[in-house]
Amino acid sequence: MSFKNRHVISMKDFSRKEIDYVLDTAEKLEPVARGQERSRLLDGKIIALLFFEPSTRTRLSFEVAAQRLGGQVLNLGSVEASSVMKGENLADTIRVISNYADLIVLRHPLDGSARMAAEFASVPIINGGDGSVHHPTQTFLDLYTIRRESHLEGLKIAMAGDLKYGRTVHSLCHALSLYGAEMTFVSPPELRMPPEIVRDLQKNEIVVRETDSLEKIIGDVEVLYMTRVQRERFPDPEEYEKVKNRLKVTGDLLRTADPNLKILHPLPRVNEISPEVDSTSHACYFQQAFYGVPTRMALLALAMGVIE
Amino acid sequence: MKEKRNLKIQAIENGTVIDHIKAGQALNVLRILGISSAFRATISFVMNAPSARGKKDVVKIEGKELSVEELNRIALISPKATINIIRDFEVVQKNNVVLPSYVEGVVRCTNSNCISNSSEPIKSKFSVLQSEEEGVSLHCLYCEHVISENIAENLL
Repeated sequence: MSFKNRHVISMKDFSRKEIDYVLDTAEKLEPVARGQERSRLLDGKIIALLFFEPSTRTRLSFEVAAQRLGGQVLNLGSVEASSVMKGENLADTIRVISNYADLIVLRHPLDGSARMAAEFASVPIINGGDGSVHHPTQTFLDLYTIRRESHLEGLKIAMAGDLKYGRTVHSLCHALSLYGAEMTFVSPPELRMPPEIVRDLQKNEIVVRETDSLEKIIGDVEVLYMTRVQRERFPDPEEYEKVKNRLKVTGDLLRTADPNLKILHPLPRVNEISPEVDSTSHACYFQQAFYGVPTRMALLALAMGVIE
Repeated sequence: MKEKRNLKIQAIENGTVIDHIKAGQALNVLRILGISSAFRATISFVMNAPSARGKKDVVKIEGKELSVEELNRIALISPKATINIIRDFEVVQKNNVVLPSYVEGVVRCTNSNCISNSSEPIKSKFSVLQSEEEGVSLHCLYCEHVISENIAENLL
């Protein structure tokens, strides 16, 4: 299976077989990501990081992934100091950077910007998050975490928090549906999973449950994927406080959980997982952040064709 | 009665007659075909004309046969329209419009944050799907936003 020169724009562009191949590659590279082995796979390659929006984890983990494989990183720097402020459009920026680098990682505030960039680029584009729609490398790392810490096939998973606007949960649902899954969506009524997504999942024979309480379902799931509920989604601050407390993972809540339950979170968390949970065997979110490195290493190496 | 109707819109010698357009959509049909004031051919149209199947609009374009690809875009806003190619006052070809599977630069994405609504040098691109429950829907190839209502209001 060759990924050479392939763009990574949306999870929907990948079949289950291709996703498995990326995850297998990430697993092989994990010792390099941990610094236990050295690799020169990307020796002589230049990776451009074009971040038009602030990002800490995504940007850093791409830098680390490139450097662990011996690649060089070219940073756009801040948008204010670049030609973008002179009015250059993204299409031209991409055409220019294509001549400097072997691959471009792009984060941009507009929806669909990575898809457009791929039309103008002569090198592979990896979407590091465009607008509110796609963030495929996050989904790859979520899948990798689930595979490493639990299992993908027929998973019983609950996703909780802001399911209406959360792009990571939308993309993860779609990807997990390729493996068959029982999904429980836990959210306040205002932030429920969009009905068209639920319909799509049901069409693919995915069992879907919806509830507003973690307590009711915590004993019956293998993975709990928490997301942040943003205060600004609620016009009434009192309502926000109520919702926030109903969707909080605490030591108490976990008493009735399956001993093998794993809790994931794309981070940053605010207060939806209390710190006492961090030291339990359920907490997986910091591991998950680390798994971003081998996953992104795999995508870099595959897209540049140094692993086939 | 017959004479009165003839006054409303005359038969054409050569060109294209688009019939059975959903009532009220004639102006949008012109828009979707890219027909503006710069278009030189004679255009006539009737809106809300009585017909056996209720009211309809009709558009006649004289001296010009439009391409199938152009005409099929009409299916986005009026799926039951028919196309008649006229030569020497005779209908030489009559077809229903066929929904295209892809349209470019015809409709604006209703997601205001979509890259196709920015100043980038690209045209909007949609794949077109039709289902019995939901009718015609357009899926933006950039941002994956779905437009299933008010397509006519979002013509470029």
